[in-house]
Amino acid sequence: MTNTATSTRAIVTGGASDLRPRRAGTGRREQLVSWAFLAPFVVAFVLFLIWPIVHGIYLSFTDQSLTGAGGSLVGFANYAEALTDPVMWRSMGNTVWFTLLSTVPLVAIALLMAALVDRGLPGQWLWRLSFFMPYLLASTVISQIWVWIFNPQIGAANNVLEAFGLEPLAWLQNPETNMMSIVIATVWWTVGFNFLLYLAAMQNIPPQQYEAASLDGASTWRQFWSITLPQLGPATVLILLLQILASLKLFDQAYQMLGGVASDTTRSIVQYIYEAGFTSYRFGYSAAISYVFFALIVIVGVAQAVVSRRRKEQL
Amino acid sequence: MSATTLAPTTETIVAPQARARRRPHVPGQKPFGPLRIVAFAVLALLAIGWLLPFLWAVATAFKTETDAASGDPGWIGASGPTIEAFTAILSQGNVYTWAFNSLWTSAAVTLITLAISALAAYAFSRLDFTGRKWLFAVIIASIVVPPQVLIIPLFYQMLTFNMIDTYWGLILPQVVAPAMVFILKRFFDAVPIELEEAARVDGASRFRIFWSIVLPLSRPILASVAIFVFIGAWNNFLWPFLVINDTTLMTLPVGLQTVISAYGVQYAQVMAQAVLAALPLIIVFIIFQKQIVKGVATSGFGGQ
Repeated sequence: MTNTATSTRAIVTGGASDLRPRRAGTGRREQLVSWAFLAPFVVAFVLFLIWPIVHGIYLSFTDQSLTGAGGSLVGFANYAEALTDPVMWRSMGNTVWFTLLSTVPLVAIALLMAALVDRGLPGQWLWRLSFFMPYLLASTVISQIWVWIFNPQIGAANNVLEAFGLEPLAWLQNPETNMMSIVIATVWWTVGFNFLLYLAAMQNIPPQQYEAASLDGASTWRQFWSITLPQLGPATVLILLLQILASLKLFDQAYQMLGGVASDTTRSIVQYIYEAGFTSYRFGYSAAISYVFFALIVIVGVAQAVVSRRRKEQL
Repeated sequence: MSATTLAPTTETIVAPQARARRRPHVPGQKPFGPLRIVAFAVLALLAIGWLLPFLWAVATAFKTETDAASGDPGWIGASGPTIEAFTAILSQGNVYTWAFNSLWTSAAVTLITLAISALAAYAFSRLDFTGRKWLFAVIIASIVVPPQVLIIPLFYQMLTFNMIDTYWGLILPQVVAPAMVFILKRFFDAVPIELEEAARVDGASRFRIFWSIVLPLSRPILASVAIFVFIGAWNNFLWPFLVINDTTLMTLPVGLQTVISAYGVQYAQVMAQAVLAALPLIIVFIIFQKQIVKGVATSGFGGQ
């Protein structure tokens, strides 16, 4: 009885429960078979993930250059330099600023889109295509489209401003607006992914709850506030985390929309890693910045884990 | 309160069987209530907002360079629509090479990722071996490592392996996808064990069971994972940009990036090339829409 219950649950929820068969007398053989299954992945995993992580830490303590010169240990010099490097802090600040600016609309607009599409209005196919299609485009493509839209002379963005009686802007050229321009392009590009996550979460809410509420005379609006929204908590936590982590990795669009030119107001930390390693040829220093950035990511991850644990305790 | 509410975060969203279904008609709900009309209007406005930039790009691709540069916001330029920009792009020999490189290297990344991840996921799901929990924990933990952090040591590794400017250097570092192992393991966990036990009694080997029972049952999740890995590889910019300098080995995104400056302000050509580069994935989306939507719902992992 217990058995059946477990496996049904496992199928319904995607089950994390342990269903491995255990048969006596297959120990040694099973070990060999297991490693035959694991070997290809584990080899690639060690070679292209674990080893680079370890070797990167080593490189960050050397003065290795891209050209092969250097390579002697310099202790914490790279880290000391990174932590007192105004460009590093500026890039870190830009990255965090971009993350703050982009995360709010990327979650809020996605929620709005999903809530509206979940109403079951006609044209589902069209809504999903419109909102998700940009996500499929390469960063090169979206950068080209938005550079053209933001072109101060011939771009459509200023046509829109003019239509509302506003002053035209030099979007990407102006250091005061270039980060905002990148945020707009990014929201357009990636909101579809969060939209689909929200939509999936909403469609997992049992329809009976809405039927019952409806019979009790609850309005659509009321149903959204009292049924839909409260149950989106776990989805929101996950979407927020994924979004913050994705936004912190800003590089492609910012680099390309400014034509590869470094700008003090848009240079992201990944761009600085790239510049230190591949423009200044300083591999050791670049590796050190990489790990400062990695520390930031780990802090965000830990913070999220603490927050979600506290949330769970409150439940 | 349903069980869904109490389930852990990922479980709610990551349920492999998440069905895409439309909400059934709710009794008492007016089909044309005022709220529904407002909802429809807002939705339509958002959709227009999201489609316009792309449609503008398409329209510009069909203009002459003079019309594109005129700043006239009209959909059709003064000289009428033309495919000049497209023919100019396509007469550039490299575009075909880049498209071919993108296609086959993305396919290779997808196949290798799928093969090695599925094998490992099966071992974690069904086999018993020393260090299973420990190894799985390490693999899961590695999901948080952003590939951007590893570009320096990976590039250095490619230098030592003599893999700079080779297809292998482009492909191999992209095939390690711990998140995919996690997703596939969850799916395999949910496959009823009874099916495999019957085959084991008949003397089928583990690999045989994996190949002829588990994989065929896992087609939907394999399709979702494959589509995501493919899109990711097709659109990847940073790694191909670093590891490939040889023009004939470039992928489409990197190749296009290198010629933008060469085109200067030839906006019709730039847009034509953006449209051409986007076309394959839009076709893929229209064909595989269900799997992609389900894939996002299932995995929650994509990344930019």
